[in-house]
Parts: sequence; C-alpha cells; structure tokens
Amino acid sequence: MIVVLVEHSQGVFKKKSLEAVLYAAHIAKEMGTDITAVAMGNVPDSEMQTLGAYGAQKVLHTTDARLDNFNSKAYAKVVVAAAQKENAKVIIGLHDTTGKAVMPRVAARLQAGLVAGAVGYPDLSKGFTVKKNVFSGKAFAFVNVTSDTKVISLMPNTFPVVKGEGSATVEQMEAGLSDADFSVKVLEVSKASGSVPLSEAELVVSGGRGLKGPENWYVLEALAQELGAATACSRPVADAHWRPHGEHVGQTGGTIRPNLYIAVGISGAIQHLAGVNGSKTIVVINKDPEAPFFKAADYGVLGDAMEIVPKLTEAVKKFKAGQN
Amino acid sequence: MKILVCISQVPDTTAKIAFSDNNTTFNTQGVTFIINPYDEWYALVRALELKESGPATAVHLVTVGKADAEPVIRKALALGGDEAIRIDADSNDPYSIAANIADYAKAHNYDLVLCGKESIDYNNGSVGAMVAELLDMNFLGFASKIDVAGTTVTVKREIDGGEETDACELPLVISCQKGVAEARIPNMRGIMAARTKPLTVVAGAAVAAVSSITGYEMPPAKSGVKMISADNMDELVKLLHSEAKVI
Ligand SMILES: Cc1cc2nc3c(=O)[nH]c(=O)nc-3n(C[C@H](O)[C@H](O)[C@H](O)COP(=O)(O)OP(=O)(O)OC[C@H]3O[C@@H](n4cnc5c(N)ncnc54)[C@H](O)[C@@H]3O)c2cc1C
Repeated sequence: MIVVLVEHSQGVFKKKSLEAVLYAAHIAKEMGTDITAVAMGNVPDSEMQTLGAYGAQKVLHTTDARLDNFNSKAYAKVVVAAAQKENAKVIIGLHDTTGKAVMPRVAARLQAGLVAGAVGYPDLSKGFTVKKNVFSGKAFAFVNVTSDTKVISLMPNTFPVVKGEGSATVEQMEAGLSDADFSVKVLEVSKASGSVPLSEAELVVSGGRGLKGPENWYVLEALAQELGAATACSRPVADAHWRPHGEHVGQTGGTIRPNLYIAVGISGAIQHLAGVNGSKTIVVINKDPEAPFFKAADYGVLGDAMEIVPKLTEAVKKFKAGQN
Repeated sequence: MKILVCISQVPDTTAKIAFSDNNTTFNTQGVTFIINPYDEWYALVRALELKESGPATAVHLVTVGKADAEPVIRKALALGGDEAIRIDADSNDPYSIAANIADYAKAHNYDLVLCGKESIDYNNGSVGAMVAELLDMNFLGFASKIDVAGTTVTVKREIDGGEETDACELPLVISCQKGVAEARIPNMRGIMAARTKPLTVVAGAAVAAVSSITGYEMPPAKSGVKMISADNMDELVKLLHSEAKVI
C-alpha cells in the first residue's frame, strides 16, 4: 500500500496535493498496489471524492479540530498511524513547508530512508532509486532507499496535474493524539490571502537591482497582475528592503520552479540561478548584453526594463483580449 | 539554557559542481568549503545573540563528518560558541546524520537545538525535523524570528501560504532562515580564540544508513537564448503561448 499525505486550504485540496496523489498513483500502478490518502482537519466528504478522481482508492480522515493548525508532531503521528494501519511500503508527501517538517519526522519514526524533494518516479529496476535536486538546482542526484519502508517528499510542480476518474471510500481514523502532541501554542496566523504564494506560483515576475528602487516596482506589479503571476526578487533587493524577505529567491532564499520565470534587471549570479533554474521557461530582460542570465534564458530582451516591461504588459493584455 | 547549533560544511556557493568516477562521486578538487550559510548566518548568530543577551548559558556547535570538516567548524568557532563537537561519521543519509546528532544531544541535555532550514549541497532540509522526532521534541521549521523569555520560546515562522507566531516551552528544535539574525564577520580576536577552543571528536553512533546516493546528473544545457526585439513584445507573448506553452 502507498500512503499519501494531502493538504487542504479551508476544506479544498491543494493542487500540489492532487499532484502528489497522481504521483502516488503512478508508483502504485507500477508496484501493483493501491493508494490511501491521509487527510486531516475539516474537509467535507464531498471534497474527498476529488482524491478519488486523481487516483486514491481510500481516504483516511482524522477530523480532530486541533489539526486545523499545522503541527509537525501531531501531523507526523497521524501519517505514521495511517502508514501502520495500511502496512504502507511507500509514504508520500510534498516538499513544501508542511512536508519538510512532517516527512522527515515520519521517516525518523519508522527508521525509513527519505528522498527529500523528488523530481522523478522511483526506478524500481535499480532497487528504489529516485531523482532529486542537489546543489541548489545545479545538479541532480539519484538516491537509493534501502530500508523496507520508503518516504518521499515530492517537489511541487514537477508533474502535470490532470484529473482522471475514480472514487474513494472514506474512513474516519483515530490517530491516538494526546494534548502533549499539541503543546505548541499558536499566537497568530497570517495567511496571504488572494494572491498565489510564490512557492506554488506557475508564473513569476522577478526584479533585481536593475529596477533602481522600490518606486519602480509598479511596472512589475502591473505585468504580474496581467499575467496572474506572483512577484519575486533578487537578494540585494530584499536586503535593501525594497521588497519583503519572502520574495527573495536564490541559493539563500526560496527555491522555485514555476512554468515561467521573467527576470527583470537581474544579472543572473550563480547564487540567484540556483533558486530559479528549475523553471521550465526563463525570460530575461536586461540592458546589458553581457549579463550572465542570458546564458540561462530561453528568451531574452535587451533594453531598459522601464520601457520594455510596460510594453510586455500591453502585449499580454492584447493577447488575453484576443483569446476571449 | 544550553544551545546546540548544527553546522554542516558545504561547497562555496560559486564552486564548480562536477562529478567523477562515472558520475558517482562529487568532485571536491579545487572546491572551497564554507559553513552552510543558513547554519552560519541565522542559527549560529542567533545562538550567540541569545548568549550575549542572557538567556543562553552555553552555545555548542556540532557537525557530523570526517576530519576534513574541522577547518569549517573552526571557522564557526571564530564567530563564537564555547566548544565544538565533531561526530566522526561520513554519510549523506539524513537519517543517520540526524540519529548521530540526536544521540549526542540526548546524552548532553540541550534545551534548544538550532539548525539552518537546509544545507545548500544536498538540499534535504530534513535533519532538524528528524532530530526533533528522535528526541520527541517539538519542531518549528523556517523560523524568521526567535525570542526566549525564561523557558518559553516565541517563534515567528513560515507555514504553507503564510506566517505564524507560536509560543513553545523548551526543549525544542528550530530551523532558521532569513530574518532570524544578521550575518556577522569574524574578528581577529575571535579567530585567535577559536584556535584554542575545545573541539571534541566523538565516535559515530551505530546507525546504518537507509539511503545512499548512487549517481549524479547535470541538468540539460539550455539550447540557447532566443533574442526578441524590444519593439516586438507581441512576438514574445506569441512564443510564450505557442512555443513554450506557458501562458
Ligand atoms: C553566499 C552567497 C549567497 C547568495 N545568495 C543569493 C540568493 O539567494 N539570491 C540572490 O539573488 N543573490 C544571492 N547572492 C548575491 C548574488 O551573488 C548577486 O550579488 C545578486 O544576485 C545580484 O542581484 P541583482 O542581479 O539584482 O543585482 P546586480 O548584480 O547589480 O544586477 C543588476 C542587473 O540589472 C541590469 N540593469 C541595470 N539597469 C537596468 C535597466 N534599466 N533595465 C534592465 N536591466 C538593467 C544590469 O545590467 C545587471 O545585470 C548571494 C551571494 C553570496 C556570496
């Protein structure tokens, strides 16, 4: 059996979790087994069928209201309980802020090998070997898990998410949680509402020092809004407080792998590239033909950002109007 | 409050990444090693601040590695910290690294274990949470602010799609990222002092690795950039739609 941890936001499963279910389904098929999804907190039964449509045969649901706040200790306990109940050989979660805290705990509890940040399916012809990013995206490694139970956290946005057909049975699961599992007291939660979180965004517009100052960011924001993209920035930009820290991408900031990364006024230092070179398509706008970023780009535009970006925004607007 | 800071050594951020032995071994020739930036800039510096401002009584540094990790741990001692421990084991299996650290931490009663959010070489980001599980402690990941009052730690941290502020009693494991502290530069006095600070080598725990790296691969090279005239943004949009298929 394969157990997969799924995350939801206010009762609606996240797209990246559906990706994890599809990923699990692919492995289950190859191993000739089934999938059980593990859901926690307040999710309506109707939504559970979504998991069925992506390949889960069964959902174990632990409804304890205390699980509505994220808590790695309690979440790991629930996943371990599910894995033991189902006698799972493979346990899958996401390589996001939740999964990075939960999956290592699960692995440690079960003394199981972990592939953290998988970007490929396990190769069963070579034991259980899974491809992952290393050296901040500068290379890949193949990790062979040798323990009986295997734990994988999947890098979000690795595989396309296509809905299939199917239904899942839903079963309530008591995970034996106690007050000691909830000893972290949550004082305040602030969720970014409306906008897509950077780590999940499929389209990202990013700015560097070439934009000269925070007062010029409106051109990027207009483009991002037109595209429905998230915004990011280089490290010096966050260091200078032109943009919030959360937008800093690169080797010492966030690692992202959107479908489209538009880099504006960013030179393309190796530390910056490390965080973004997993992007499927890279567009670079820079006034210096020698900027190293052009070497890592799919499309390049040479010139002044303040002139080009508004033109691009207009072109996107026109394109969208033509589509409707 | 005794703090244990986990330190890992990683290739310099500008190091050329290359592999030898038929792509099975990371080629360290000509590579300079540095303290993992998240461990250094955030975890270590915040531990030092907590000692300078009162709550911490001792700051110990721990690394799991062979003797070649010692120059880097001396560099860390130059920034501060009372003593360092090198657990003599060679592994890139996160579980065995965590089991070694947890073993040591358990025997020496640390109240707070700090680590970086991930190391920039293997990018697993799993050791902190594993240590917490093995010690049956709470784990707060991706902290951007850590304050200690008595035995209560207040942590601001990233959660999926937002931020959260938590209060938690010691003992506790925290992984640190940007915001926790500002990077420091070691001064001459620190560098001199580091030479004589205790660096204890302890034998690795008897844990078997449960994973291993069997090979490496470089990402496919980009096929070359297609330059588009600044006056033809319609063309760029068209390509993004019909060629790259991203919009
Ligand atoms: C240990 C370490 C870790 C690091 N981690 C990171 C990290 O995580 N992320 C990160 O980003 N950096 C990181 N850095 C810093 C990195 O080395 C670079 O200094 C940084 O990425 C440069 O940012 P930038 O491209 O915005 O600025 P610059 O390098 O100053 O580049 C600005 C670019 O804008 C262009 N430009 C100027 N004016 C215009 C205009 N009008 N129109 C169009 N283009 C224009 C210029 O040609 C230039 O290419 C790290 C460095 C170290 C040593």
